[in-house]
Order: sequence, then C-alpha cells, then structure tokens
Amino acid sequence: MAEMWINMGPQHPMTHGLWNMRVKVDGETIVDSEPVIGYLHRGWEKMVENRTYPQIIPMADRLCYGSSFTWSHVYCMTVEKLMDIEVPERAKYIRAMSDELQRIGSHLMWLAAIGTDLGNLTVFLYATRDRELFLDLFTSLCGARMTYNYCRIGGVRNDAPENWVRDLERTLDYFEKRLKEYDMLIDKSKLFRMRMEGLGYMSAKDAINAGITGPVLRASGVKYDIRHNDPYEVYDELDWQMCTHDACDTWARYRVRMMEMQESVNIVRDILKKMPKSGPIRVKPPRAAPVGTAIARMEDPRGESLMYLVGDGTDKPYRLSVRSPLFVILSATPQLLKGSKIADVPSILGMLDVCMGETDR
Amino acid sequence: MDLSLQPHAVAMSAQEFMDWSKGVIRELTKATGVKKAVDKVAQPFFNYGVRNSIYPLHFGIACCALEMAACSSPRFDNERLGMVFRSSPRQCDVLLVNGWVSKKLRPSLRRLYEEMPDPKWVIAMGECAMTGGPWYDSYNVVQGVDTFIPVDVYIPGCPPRPEAMIDGFLKLHQKLKNSKVGEFLQD
Amino acid sequence: MENVTYSVEQVRDKVSQAFPDVVFDDARMEARRLYMTADRSILFNLCKLLKDELGFCHCSLVSGVDRCDKFQTVYHITSYESNITLEIVVDLPHDEPVVDSVTPLWGGANWHERETYDMFGIIFKGHPNLKRLLLPEDYKFFPMRKDCSEGGL
Repeated sequence: MAEMWINMGPQHPMTHGLWNMRVKVDGETIVDSEPVIGYLHRGWEKMVENRTYPQIIPMADRLCYGSSFTWSHVYCMTVEKLMDIEVPERAKYIRAMSDELQRIGSHLMWLAAIGTDLGNLTVFLYATRDRELFLDLFTSLCGARMTYNYCRIGGVRNDAPENWVRDLERTLDYFEKRLKEYDMLIDKSKLFRMRMEGLGYMSAKDAINAGITGPVLRASGVKYDIRHNDPYEVYDELDWQMCTHDACDTWARYRVRMMEMQESVNIVRDILKKMPKSGPIRVKPPRAAPVGTAIARMEDPRGESLMYLVGDGTDKPYRLSVRSPLFVILSATPQLLKGSKIADVPSILGMLDVCMGETDR
Repeated sequence: MDLSLQPHAVAMSAQEFMDWSKGVIRELTKATGVKKAVDKVAQPFFNYGVRNSIYPLHFGIACCALEMAACSSPRFDNERLGMVFRSSPRQCDVLLVNGWVSKKLRPSLRRLYEEMPDPKWVIAMGECAMTGGPWYDSYNVVQGVDTFIPVDVYIPGCPPRPEAMIDGFLKLHQKLKNSKVGEFLQD
Repeated sequence: MENVTYSVEQVRDKVSQAFPDVVFDDARMEARRLYMTADRSILFNLCKLLKDELGFCHCSLVSGVDRCDKFQTVYHITSYESNITLEIVVDLPHDEPVVDSVTPLWGGANWHERETYDMFGIIFKGHPNLKRLLLPEDYKFFPMRKDCSEGGL
C-alpha cells in the first residue's frame, strides 16, 4: 500500500487557470488533497490604492475575465454607495440586462470547458459558437469582446445603438432553440450521466458551513440567491424563478447552470418589456469620495461577490477588499474530492467553474 | 574532446560521439557540395512542413487564454493553419505565453521552456506578457516575459482579438520561411 | 434547524443585551444591514451568539485594514433566513495584532484569515493552519501594510 502525493498542475489542461491540486492517492483512490494557489497573484488590492476611482474600472474587469461585467458592476455599486449617488432608471435596467447576458456568456464558457474535460469536443464547438453571438452583441454595445470598460460610476458609458434590441431578440430566440439541443446532447447521453451522477456529494449543512455560495450551493437544495433575497438594482421588480436542485452532487451543479441560462433569457425578455424607452443613462460623480466605508453584494455567475471600500476624502481608495466566491469554494475542495478516483477529478472540479483571476487577485 | 592529443583513445561518452560524428558528416558534405544540393531540394519541403504544423502548448494563464480558446472556435478556427494544442511540453514547438507571469510562476515557466525540444519558438501574447501590462507597479508581476525567455513574436492587445492571434502566428510562419529550419543536419 | 427570522431591530436588541459594550453605527440606517464595532476580547463570544441563537450561518468576508496607528479586522456575516448582513469592525493595536479566529464557527473564514495573515501579518489565535497562502512561503514582507513599498510604487 503505497500512498503518494501527485501534483496536478500548475500546467494541466484540466485546471482552467493556474493552480496546483496536490492529491494524495492510495492506488487510484484519493485520500487527501491540498490546493496550492498563488500563481496568478498580482497584488490587485495594493495596486488599486494607487489609482483614482475611474481608473479602477478596467482593473476590476480583469479580476475575473470570464464574467468581467459583473465585477466592474459590483465595484461601481460600492463606490456609488459610498458617494451616495442615485443611478438613473434606464441605466439600472441596462446594467441588469448586461449582467444577465454576461451570465449566459460565462456559463457557455463553462460548458465549453467541461466539454473538453469530459472528452466531448462537440460540446466545446457548439458552446463557443453560441458564445460568439453574445460577444457580438457586446461588441456592438460597447466595443469590446471581453473586458468591456462599460460600467461607470453613476451609470453606463453609452446607450445601445439603433437596432440593438432587434439583434438581441433574434439572438435570444435562436439561443432558446439551441438550449434544447444541448439538453438532447448531454442529458440524454448515458456516458455523461455516468460520469456526473453520484460524485462530489456535499450536503446543504456542509455547504453552508464551508461558505459556498452560488450555483454550487443551490445544487445542494439551499434556496438562496442574492438577486432574490437581498435585491439590488431592479431585480425586485422583475418576474423570475430561482433555480435549485436537490441531488447535491455533480449532476445537480450541471443542471442548475443549464436552468440558469434559460432563466437569464426570461429575465432579459422581462427587462425589455419594463425598461423605460429613453432617459438619462449617466450621472456625474464627484472626484473625491467622502470619509467612510461601504459594501455592496452581488450574485456573480460563480457565487456571491462582495466589495468593501474604505474612503478617506481623496480621489484614491484607502482600502478596497474583494470577496471572491471561488476563493472559498476552492478551500472546500478537499471535502469534495475525498474518496473519489483520479479520473473523477476533472468532472468534479469542472462543475465548480474555476477562474483563477479572482481567486488569486 | 581533442582527438589529436590522444591518437589511441577509443573511449567517448554517447553524447560526445554523436556530436563528433555529426560534425564529421557536416564537414564532409559541406566540402563535397552534397549538403548544398540536398538542401536545395529538401529544405523547402521540410520548411513547409514545419511551418504549417506548429503545435502550441496547452497553457492558459489569464484573460488572453479565453481569446486563445475562442480562436479554436468554429468562427476563427486555428486548426486550419495546422495548430493542434498539445498537453505535454515534450511534443510542442511553440510556447504561447498569454497573461501576466508572477514571480511564483517564473521558475515553472522557465522549466517548461527548457523541457521543449529544439527547434522551438516563443510567442508573447497580450500586454501583460510583453511588458507587464496594466500591472506596472505590482510587487509580484514580472515586467515582461523576455526578461527570462527569448521571445520571437509579440502580439499586442488587451486582450488581442483572435484574428490578431492568427496574424501573430502567420508572422511566425514568415519568420520560419526566411530561416534555415529544415536544412540537413542543422543545429 | 429552526427557521426563525429576525428583523434588524431584534438582532440589535439581543446583541446589546448580551454585550453592552458593542457600539452600533446609528447614522447609517439601511434595509437588511447592521454596522457595529466590537472589542477583540468579546469577538468570539459575540460570533458564537450570532451563529447559535440568531441564525447567522454564513461568513462572507474577513479582511484587514491598516490604519497607520492601529490595525482593524472587518467581518461581514450573513444570515440566510433573516436576509441580514452584519459588519463587525475590531480594532487591534499596531504592535500586537492578535485576535481570536472564527474558523471553528464558520469554515468559510478559513482561507480569508490565512490571506489576511499573508497580507498584513495579523495573527489569528486558534486557526488550524495559519500559513502563507498567496505569496511564497519564504517571502519576508507583509505587502498590504502601509509602510511596505515593494514593487514599482
């Protein structure tokens, strides 16, 4: 009986980002594990103390590049709380809509990644192809495919161009049909189900105690979504359902994200109905922030993101602290991996949707 | 190892024997003109083969890695240029560095570079790999990958569009076309 | 697990009954938020009260602030049933930054406390594994302190 430590990383096609998953194996079964992070640490929280408030917006985009709009959004919400600024109505609706489109884009990137992990390259090609349509929408809205620099303190940068709403509706109609094709491709495939069911079990009590949030928590049956329980922007006026699943394993996490994509399409359609047709989209903020602190919480595609800002009367923040959802989920991976085989590791870790930019900051 | 000093020596290590015999054959073929003839015929073919089947390493660091993944999507399709991503550095030609390199990662990256067999090239993709990018005052980011690895092609952008990445690879093709890759016994 | 929900006023009353020294920030009245400052000697018992009796089951964030003359650790605790987020600010002297760890209560605070130690040098008594997390093990500085100017600044 020889137990040994194996390094899975930092360069490993499965890890989607640079981190080292050290596992202690006894034959093929995993006995213990230890995640080693820090390969992408750039000292983000120290660098922002040397930048003015508007200069931090593109830096916040690059915190988690898979869902970059949501991070600049939560940063802008925190600064607006501190400076006590009220964002115009139309800007709030545009922000919520961009959030949901970003959520779909991030979940499609996750789907492409698990396609390569579990050996199904067709899913990778389908998901990246559909993601390109949403990136086209963002390109015509704000000019960039990935790190948008679109959110501003006090609103958004510019209004949607003409015919953008028509393009959006066409994309959503097409995408709903594609979602049904994904269900046929993955849900009804016995091979996929065998690789996902019963793995990585984590009960609701363990998940809450470990600090897990987001789709991984809702896959354990806990009904908590910040858009519903602690609403921000316009989510309390919209009509949508929370997506939960009771199976507590990898299969449940997969189903929750697929349901969330469908739910995001419904939310965007609702926003298009309720949005004011015209109006201001931006308010001019003051240059310096008052002395004090502020927090803002938001439902990122990966979990709960929170920023804590300390202002000191100048035009640069004194301290900006970031809560990244994946930082906490990664600390719970030893619990998730105990007792499974090495070949199950890509399946379990892939369902957590790892993005190392926000974990290491 | 100077053979003239030891005319009766028969012991050599395997590496020394290979280097010596390669050198002898190279000198012989050069002197008789055989090398020039073989190269004129075969070198364009080998060069064409190496150029159009560049295998990059499956190594994604940060934001530019998502654009690298988007480049494999059906819209931009880098596989038509012969680029198949390989997971092991022993099977790769090109090291595509996409994203900022932290001081913790620097020795691992240097080791990956040294594990790749010759001939190999390095492409620095994105602002962070070229010069450190937006993280110019960070205590943990290396200001440019070319401080510890020799770089052949730089692709600017933050992040560069997939078309820009393909353009960078085509520039590498040009560079290979004008170089001596594919010659007989080239070191 | 009983599903009793509390309002912000009920939480505030219960906490001030058990710990009269806790100072509440009355100037900021927001829905579903409560801001308080506590002393480090009562921190662990305060958190135990919040978790066991008031149903605050989730620790969102533990971070540190360097205020040049003192350190501060800031805790953000959330209750899923009552939908309230609390903020507790604890002051620490600059030459002795030691505070009790809340990891035995909430597992989610584990890596947050390690990271605060890594960046500031604040020691959390009772933490199961207080080692450096993001920086290499033999790094000699605590980079987020205001008197540390590593890098190109």
